[in-house]
Amino acid sequence: MPLLEEEALKLSEVQRLEGHTDRVWGLAWNPATGADGVPAILASCSGDKTVRIWQQRSPSSISFDCKAVLEDRHDRTVRSCAWSPSGKQLATASFDATTAIWEENGSDFECVSTLEGHENEVKSVSWNASGSLLATCSRDKCVWIWEVLPGNEFDCVSVLTGHTQDVKMVQWHPTVDVLFSCSYDNTIKVWAEDGDSDDWRCVQTLSESNSGHTSTVWALSFNVTGDNMVTCSDDLTIKVWGVDIIRLQSGDINASWCHLCTMSGYHDRTIFSVHWSREGIIATGAADDAIRLFGESEDHSADGPSYKLLLKKEKAHAMDINSVQWSPTGNMLLASASDDGTIKIWKLESMQ
Amino acid sequence: MCSVSRTTASGDKREGDIKDPEHPYSLEELKVITEDAVEVDDKRNYVRVTFTPTVEHCSMATVIGLCLRVKLMRSLPSRFKVDIKVAPGTHATEDAVNKQLNDKERVAAALENPNLVDMVDECLTPSYE
Repeated sequence: MPLLEEEALKLSEVQRLEGHTDRVWGLAWNPATGADGVPAILASCSGDKTVRIWQQRSPSSISFDCKAVLEDRHDRTVRSCAWSPSGKQLATASFDATTAIWEENGSDFECVSTLEGHENEVKSVSWNASGSLLATCSRDKCVWIWEVLPGNEFDCVSVLTGHTQDVKMVQWHPTVDVLFSCSYDNTIKVWAEDGDSDDWRCVQTLSESNSGHTSTVWALSFNVTGDNMVTCSDDLTIKVWGVDIIRLQSGDINASWCHLCTMSGYHDRTIFSVHWSREGIIATGAADDAIRLFGESEDHSADGPSYKLLLKKEKAHAMDINSVQWSPTGNMLLASASDDGTIKIWKLESMQ
Repeated sequence: MCSVSRTTASGDKREGDIKDPEHPYSLEELKVITEDAVEVDDKRNYVRVTFTPTVEHCSMATVIGLCLRVKLMRSLPSRFKVDIKVAPGTHATEDAVNKQLNDKERVAAALENPNLVDMVDECLTPSYE
């Protein structure tokens, strides 16, 4: 849906999903659902130690019902969840220092594998574009890369050290096997496999000295083409970074990311989540209970793109928002998760 | 459930019940936390607490801060945003302590640690003279 410069937008609440008995930390839309007659599926994870699976009632309705509760596996907060690209498996990362892999078996989900190794709380989990690799990160300052093998075997191929503090999130690039992590140490690190040695190493660190953040970086997200990345922080800003995508895709692991734009003055409390939609809209979820949407502004200098605030939804939730995730199917649905224990589904529409 | 006008006074009164983890006195008696160090903005749902550890190298600063946070969490309506900081210039690693105390995820993980929760509960148990 092309959005015009002058078009007024509204974010309407479609549904409020209740069920979790503690704060909801993370969300993940199943990428193999929500189109071609397949009802959309959303996973949510919580401080109540469970994961809930929500399914659209029918492809034509925007009502979600709780299809399953994944419990009795983690014995502490489940902090993050991520579907494999095929949509067949769900990885869940927990403060109990493990990552569980789940598969649907009939009408139930069963835990088919448990990844151990981190010394303490696992904060985030991410699958690469082909589903052949998994990455996890933890307060132990490390990032682990796991190879996905047949028979639900997961082998650790690398333990990446470098961050000097708690690692908050890991995210694979959408098209190349390059891994990104962001941390309490205020930096973002880029990790790639060295063609010569087959060793994974840190190829770039985005810190304060390269126009980076000045406090904890909580999340990062890529645009659909993967040439831009947006990061959000406790420093109350979101930053957009860019790379020469041709170079990156040709296998040059030294293709470096540079700062393009900083959006400051829009948030007055920590921004916990940022997500870039396929249509180019950046959504943020913050500790002031609001959702904000940013889009590229036509008014940019030769220096590069600039962004403007498209919409601010105050009191989107009764408490802090921990995660915002656009549905991958271009239906302009946004899901948000909060400390208030609920998930909300929103629809973005033009005001006409 | 506390009402608007009583927040400051009763907030202070409640903090007076927190025991210092290292001394047999309350934080209020030790002047670690005083009434004017609690800033409340009821309209904007905001509370800021500034506390002064008894010594500059106080190793219990994060525990004290955690106790303050738990006490406020249990006493205030959930609409309040709470910031807890060490009084500027009163602690050797002030920035590090403040960062930890205001990282919601770190606080949540700490409160899932039974040993830490026991320590906090011990500090928050009212002692009747």
